[in-house]
Amino acid sequence: MSDQAPPGSTLRATGRGRRADPIFGYVLLTAGAAVLLILGLMVVYTTTDALPVLRREGLGFLTGTTWDPGVSRSAITGTYQALVFIFGTLMSSAIALVLAVPIAVGIALYLTDIAGPRIRRPLINLVEALAAVPSVIYGLWGLHFFSPHVLKPVGDLIVGAFGFVPFLSGPVINTSYFVAGNVLAIMILPIITAVAREVFEQVPDGERYAAYALGATRWEVIRHVVLHRGRPGVIGASMIGLGRALGETIAVAMLIGGAQRLNVGLFDQGESVAAKIVNTFQEAAPENILALTALGVVLFAVTVVVNLLARVVARRLEVAA
Amino acid sequence: MPRLTNRMLGLVPVLVLTLAACGPGDAGDPTAQGDGVPAVADGLSAGLTGAGATFPDPVYQEWIGGFIAEQSGVSITYEPIGSGGGVEQFIARQTDFGGSDAFMTDEEIAAAEAAQGFEVLHIPTVFGAVALAYNVPGVDAGLVLDADTVAAIYLGDVTAWDDDAIAALNPDVELPDIPIIPAYRSDGSGTTSIFTTYMANESEEWADAIGAGKEVSWPTGVGGQGNDGVAAAIAQNEGGLGYVELSFAIETGLATAAVMNEDGKPVAPSLESTAAAADGIDIPDDLRFSILDVGGDAYPIAGATWVLAYTGGYDPAEADALRAFLTWALEEGDGTAEDLLYAPISDSLQERALANVERINEEG
Repeated sequence: MSDQAPPGSTLRATGRGRRADPIFGYVLLTAGAAVLLILGLMVVYTTTDALPVLRREGLGFLTGTTWDPGVSRSAITGTYQALVFIFGTLMSSAIALVLAVPIAVGIALYLTDIAGPRIRRPLINLVEALAAVPSVIYGLWGLHFFSPHVLKPVGDLIVGAFGFVPFLSGPVINTSYFVAGNVLAIMILPIITAVAREVFEQVPDGERYAAYALGATRWEVIRHVVLHRGRPGVIGASMIGLGRALGETIAVAMLIGGAQRLNVGLFDQGESVAAKIVNTFQEAAPENILALTALGVVLFAVTVVVNLLARVVARRLEVAA
Repeated sequence: MPRLTNRMLGLVPVLVLTLAACGPGDAGDPTAQGDGVPAVADGLSAGLTGAGATFPDPVYQEWIGGFIAEQSGVSITYEPIGSGGGVEQFIARQTDFGGSDAFMTDEEIAAAEAAQGFEVLHIPTVFGAVALAYNVPGVDAGLVLDADTVAAIYLGDVTAWDDDAIAALNPDVELPDIPIIPAYRSDGSGTTSIFTTYMANESEEWADAIGAGKEVSWPTGVGGQGNDGVAAAIAQNEGGLGYVELSFAIETGLATAAVMNEDGKPVAPSLESTAAAADGIDIPDDLRFSILDVGGDAYPIAGATWVLAYTGGYDPAEADALRAFLTWALEEGDGTAEDLLYAPISDSLQERALANVERINEEG
């Protein structure tokens, strides 16, 4: 067994190379461990800080709708219950996902299977440019242009046609779950498109050609080969998008309507966890800051639970496929 | 021409750094502590930091700029992180002075004095007013409201613009039959504090249901983020009514309502009527006051903003600089404040504020 690398090769088969390999392995291990350590420390510290509030409220923190902060420096005197914010986070993210995933999958399919080579690259760049726009700009644009000029007419149409359904009743105001959800959809579109595109590109061309050879039309190839093969990946892409939507702060804070009561209609106002934190932490008294930390812990837990549920759903779909 | 080798390119940054280091040094060290360093006659030398309220930030930055133009040995930074954070940092003495839209509560003062061992001084700097802006088709100006009506609106008891309560105050105005959409601040703010303190004082139902503070519980209505969010909620929704900072209302040209003051006179919000607000009230010795029960020609929804300082614990040079800055701001800063649409404090209050400024670092 020769220790020498083939002539002309830049690979090192000498002792130096042999030591480098395990060292490289340990460096990578450290990187991964560092990420876990940081995450663990964040969870531990925030939960420890938030414990007094969580213990005082108990399960009511998740099921109650009264958020009445106190101003004490030494004791917990307010009532802190987060259902309004949890609901707002889930509602706006759900709207965003329902709107963004079909469009993102459509764009990804267009880019991989239909678009000619000359239009592919510019279109990819355009979609990814959406991801570069800061959240606050989305908020301002949404508040001053998109909501009054696009979403209000659309909302009025929907309420006009389906307003008898309680969930879809008006009036349509400039801020609501609907507005926040729509702008969130635009914000998460690039990331879902990018991942979905990668997934669809991974579908073996051989299978596509085989389907065409069997006489399938383009739509049938897309439906039975690309989408079928890409489904777990699309779910993964949606989860990434959902994670972004759950945590999105400034744009949602500007567009969701800052309500303090639990409203469940599509065009009603609400409040999300991240928006509540960003809105109130600056002027918050020390006990309020602990409560906001508890809100952060809850958001983290909600994100983890939603991700787990999504994986279960994905597993089921894969098995059924 | 010799070839441009990599070695020559590598010398370029070395040359640049050497030249920079050999250049003229700073003209005086703005962060000198003053101990043992002989100060230039008349010239102050210190570095001050402050943090707190966002409402007076524009005028504070202008004052700082104007002051250090005259006193080049002083550097002052003020960070608008919010009154809550400003008070916390002041208590922990992470800043030299604080800024707050609400005077410190007894609990906060006790914490500060226990932590630092010196008394807390409140120095009022400017007044702000909160205007009620509205969007009622057909009514461009001159709407009159009073505290009871506004309370009823925000509590959800009065829901349409042509309600009798509003019509009674506006007999000559054609009010349309459209729903009122009350708007409030979804973020914690001094503007909410001024507005709710006034309303809680005027209306018992308000005091019970909503209360007063920077962040309160709203039974109905739409939340907007910042003055901009509330203004958008008013402007984009027909029938909108909301409260915004007066300077913001003036700058953006919102239609504002005249509010009935204690003497039953409807007064429109303006810098003059705001400045008149503090004239008639009883201001306690420690200068922690709320502007309530105002009559005469004054606009009733107004409040002050304060700079916070200690009676001791400063370096002599820092204390000199802080006193000089605050004195300069109170005496020379009126014009700047008015240009930026803030109401300067009245002369009598200014005397008392300057007396408090003199007490900075009196205990050394």
